Amino acid sequence: MLSKMFSSEAVTEALTILKEEIPFALWETTYVTVLATAFAIVLGLPLGVLLVAGEKGGVLPLPKGVMHVLNIIINLLRSVPFLILMILVFPLTRLIVGTSVGTTASIVPLVIAAFPFVARLVESSLRELNPNIIEMAQSAGASPFQIIVKVMIPESVPSLISNFTIAITTVLGYTAMSGIIGGGGLGKIAINYGYYRYKYLVMLIAVIILIVLVQLFQSIGTRLAAKTDRRLKKGK
Amino acid sequence: MIELRNMSKTFRTAGGTVEALKNISLTVNDGDIYGIIGMSGAGKSTLVRCINMLERPTEGEVLIDGKNIGELSTAQLRKVRRKVTMIFQNFNLLMQKNCLRNICFPLELAGVKKAEARKRAMELLEIVGLPDKAEAYPAQLSGGQQQRIAIARAIATQPEVLLCDEATSALDPKTTHDILELLRDINKRLGITMIIITHQMSVVEEICNRVAILDNGVVAEEGEVSAVFADPQSDAAKRLVFPDGAEESAWENTGERVLRVVFNGALAAGTPLITRMAIDEKIAANILYASTRCLGDKVYGNMLLGLPDEEETVRRAVNYLNGVKNIIITEVKGNAQ
Repeated sequence: MLSKMFSSEAVTEALTILKEEIPFALWETTYVTVLATAFAIVLGLPLGVLLVAGEKGGVLPLPKGVMHVLNIIINLLRSVPFLILMILVFPLTRLIVGTSVGTTASIVPLVIAAFPFVARLVESSLRELNPNIIEMAQSAGASPFQIIVKVMIPESVPSLISNFTIAITTVLGYTAMSGIIGGGGLGKIAINYGYYRYKYLVMLIAVIILIVLVQLFQSIGTRLAAKTDRRLKKGK
Repeated sequence: MIELRNMSKTFRTAGGTVEALKNISLTVNDGDIYGIIGMSGAGKSTLVRCINMLERPTEGEVLIDGKNIGELSTAQLRKVRRKVTMIFQNFNLLMQKNCLRNICFPLELAGVKKAEARKRAMELLEIVGLPDKAEAYPAQLSGGQQQRIAIARAIATQPEVLLCDEATSALDPKTTHDILELLRDINKRLGITMIIITHQMSVVEEICNRVAILDNGVVAEEGEVSAVFADPQSDAAKRLVFPDGAEESAWENTGERVLRVVFNGALAAGTPLITRMAIDEKIAANILYASTRCLGDKVYGNMLLGLPDEEETVRRAVNYLNGVKNIIITEVKGNAQ
């Protein structure tokens, strides 16, 4: 199989396919990943804040029942495998996008899968914050909303960036799966050529590009987190 | 003026209830530098947090200028907290913001315009002696500098009271001294009342005018610092004023009668009293323990004298010493009757 995979015809064919398909697939993957992650953060950030601020002894204690329901919803969504979630949310996707197949349509299940994950990541970031800082803000007369917006979130920015980087790489992995329901991108190329048409070389290269993309997102995220962290800066 | 009236605080924990504070009544007058001292676990931090309602007292009242702040709405309470501010052992600066923005923080909360807040923050940096650190981040500063920034932040809203919760406990002696100087200066110049929570006797000695000694959730002793230090009454106060306990062990088995002689003020401390007594009264006293310390600008001495176990000698010694001004005599160990 290996010899067949790297035969000269296969290589030439793969290169032609890749030359035609890769630029657009790369764009689709990036666009879907970034957009889905952004929406997931928009939904997940407030939810994560509520998980921390709303608990007993938090800055904005919510009724126990509410916290219970929030936690159950998040765990529920987190426990459905993405492949099945994509199919489960078809009606919602049709409602929002108008269709349940295609690249743009794949954003909906991606967001649904990612935002509870993001909420948990935000929760863990905010929990790292020194509780004495919150006490300080309270002693200075800050309202719960001010504590969240002016203390909890800004003080957690480096940790949040690290965690959002984890989120974006995870979403990138999910986009590859969304090729199954007609979502575009590198995943579609890998599945269509590699799985359906046995062009393993194309699949391999698509996967390598995905790996490079993950590395890229990760190193940008890590660098950004370090750069924004004022605790590490020594000297002027 | 701050009045605590019969204040108690009970915590419910899994292992049962813990009475952190029991029936505390204190009055802090305007302009005071009021020390609250006690060992770890005495309830000091809980007490100070009850003053600005970070902890709600289980019973009793906290009155600030006659107003019961336990009855205020949360919005009103937030306003009070701009006037009763706080500094902490670990400074609690916002690590992701530079010093200027840290000082602006309470002003921002109060809705002060940005330009105005910045201007005020620069003035405050001047007051705390760090005018060149506006753009620096807390991680770039030493502990003492961080506490200065925290002090600038705490006085930004022109408070009437500053609560200091172990504000110097994380600092070395020299820095502690500098920070206390700054606090004293602020107290004098801006007339801000200070409540200083500490476990360090030296802090109280250095800047406080009144002190309350907290022991196991109760006020063991309260009064002028000079009075409490010169002649501690309660066991808790004695433990703090004579922390090493060396004096006690020294005379336990000597079989002598023991007098405590407290020299109150420089004049008495400057007299060669024991020698005089030996010459005038022919009483040979055995010095078991002696120390002198400065409180403000006065010198205080504390001495334990061992005397032969003879009623007549002890009586003569007490009479003689009582004849000297500013000396307090107490017999701490009588004969074994």
